[in-house]
Amino acid sequence: MADLARTISPSITPEPLIEGPDDDLTLTDSVFAPVWKPTAKGWWFLFMICLGGTGMLFSAIGWTVYKGIGVWGNNIPVAWAFGIINFVWWIGIGHAGTLISAILLLFQQKWRTSINRFSEAMTLFAVICAALYPVVHTGRPWFAAYWLFPYPSTLGIWPQFRSPLTWDVFAVSTYFTTSLLFWYLGLLPDLAALRDRSTGKWSQRLYGIFSLGWRGAGRHWRDYMSAYTLLAGVATPLVVSVHTIVSFDFATAQLPGWHTTIFPPYFVAGAVFSGFAMVVTLIVPAREFLGLKNVITLRHLEAMNKVILATGWIVAYGYAVEIFNDWYSGSRYELGHLHEKMLGPFAPFFWMQMFCNVVVPQIFWKRSLRRSLLVMWIASIFVNIGMWLERFNIIVISLHRDFIPGSWAAYAPTIIDVSLFVGTICFFGMNFLLFLRFVPSVAANEVKELAHEMRHTHV
Amino acid sequence: MLLLLLYKRTPLATLQHEPVTQPIEFDHRHHVADDGIDCRYCHNTVETSSSAGYPATSVCMNCHAQIWNQSPYLDLVRKSYFTGQAIEWKKVHRLPDFVYFNHSIHVAKGVGCVTCHGRVDEMAEIHQGPDMQMSWCLDCHRNPKPNIRPRQYITAMIDPAPGQGTFETHFSESGSNTSQSPTTMNDVHSRTSCTTCHR
Repeated sequence: MADLARTISPSITPEPLIEGPDDDLTLTDSVFAPVWKPTAKGWWFLFMICLGGTGMLFSAIGWTVYKGIGVWGNNIPVAWAFGIINFVWWIGIGHAGTLISAILLLFQQKWRTSINRFSEAMTLFAVICAALYPVVHTGRPWFAAYWLFPYPSTLGIWPQFRSPLTWDVFAVSTYFTTSLLFWYLGLLPDLAALRDRSTGKWSQRLYGIFSLGWRGAGRHWRDYMSAYTLLAGVATPLVVSVHTIVSFDFATAQLPGWHTTIFPPYFVAGAVFSGFAMVVTLIVPAREFLGLKNVITLRHLEAMNKVILATGWIVAYGYAVEIFNDWYSGSRYELGHLHEKMLGPFAPFFWMQMFCNVVVPQIFWKRSLRRSLLVMWIASIFVNIGMWLERFNIIVISLHRDFIPGSWAAYAPTIIDVSLFVGTICFFGMNFLLFLRFVPSVAANEVKELAHEMRHTHV
Repeated sequence: MLLLLLYKRTPLATLQHEPVTQPIEFDHRHHVADDGIDCRYCHNTVETSSSAGYPATSVCMNCHAQIWNQSPYLDLVRKSYFTGQAIEWKKVHRLPDFVYFNHSIHVAKGVGCVTCHGRVDEMAEIHQGPDMQMSWCLDCHRNPKPNIRPRQYITAMIDPAPGQGTFETHFSESGSNTSQSPTTMNDVHSRTSCTTCHR
């Protein structure tokens, strides 16, 4: 097939997924190099910033718990503000990992190989950040477990199973568990390789413990492959279900701006959109500094930008349907909401959202821009901002002016809100830096397998 | 985990049936069963207030000024009476601070003393009758009927017609002169809103 394509038109032949020498030793060395090398100064610099931010995060959580939820900017009617905006934003970011690891695996998309572990790790850390918010938002996090999880308690009551908020608990905890297992299972062969090649006593021991006795026997590989495919099967519906349920938190309410059936697909597309943008934001500098350019090539980045462009259009379609339905309903409240959204006090945020999520991704129609590192990095940051603004607009614009003008109120975040948000970004960054430092961020075993396949089949 | 779930249901955690030693050897058996004193003689705010009330020492002295007035058992009662220093009775049925509870409404609706406090007339040393779990409260709040009695029997420790079921069935089936069941008479409804108890 590839040969045929090459004869017809040389220009449509895909570039190789691995550049440079592709023997096993070189690949292993290049993938493991960031783990072997002594800790770089830049790493320490970033780590210290993120550590400081993490300290700020936990101070802000401590202050919230000590003083109560009143230190946030939330009010009535805007009872869901930064807490839920950031929850949805983070959980959305997580979706790229599951999509890349599960769906692209089942579709046998070879280009997932170099970036799957990276994005799975991103998923894990993003879900941790996301889960923090609703738990702190309860005001008494130490009670949250018994409020949220159904267990045979002596209270004689259960959580409200008809509420999407309860479904959320299951969706997010299933999502986290599956993502963790998937990521860890994929790591096993590489952890074993690290164990075998470490020289330090402690690194041998620790990698030894975490590799769970992996010896690379044929039977191990057979079980590993079936477990990996099974987990991919389990994870696949989660790509769709988690954000669908998150969207139900809004769509099942009657509030203008929330009460709409387009929410589930539009939330899922938005999640993948923001997730891929975050992968690009992280991977562009990471491949540069970790020297992984031979395995994470421009072809990978270009493919991700195409996904951003495609999901960006689904999101744009969602915006269009929302606006159309507001108008078509003829409901004065829906129309009022539309008016508030486009011309109200938060209108600049709406137009900024449109610019970031609808206009900016269009640059990826052009091949040279799709392949420019600087352009894609900046565009991906725009998309991240745009998707945050989308959640801000959905929550704050809908809530701050609902049916009765008497219950309208303005909203502004407090310094604690901002500290929590910046804090989770730093916490996420800290986890990610630790991941880059101690674990191979590209799956060496899968890359080597791909290299073998390429040698024999010209993938 | 399972053990924890189990532990929370045992008297070790609920303190059910755990005798509470009071400063004076007060025997409910004697006062309720032998003497036939109505609960409300001592716990006299039960119909009007959230608390059933501990009796003032003067209430004890209504009788004990005349009988057992030399008994060393009652030294503390006399001391309290003459000094004006209250006897420090120990609380037996303890609810958390976040639970709103009012005795008067329960009595007015026909929940008998024995329903929640058990057979006090058989307790030498007072103890907590029910397990006091939230599910125990809710059992009755969801379906009050079996536990509602006519108000004139509020302090009765046993049914007026033993072996004939609850007051509800007794009244509806025996064709007694009142045609209404106690639930209807007392206008009793299920109350399960969170804010009924958590205000």
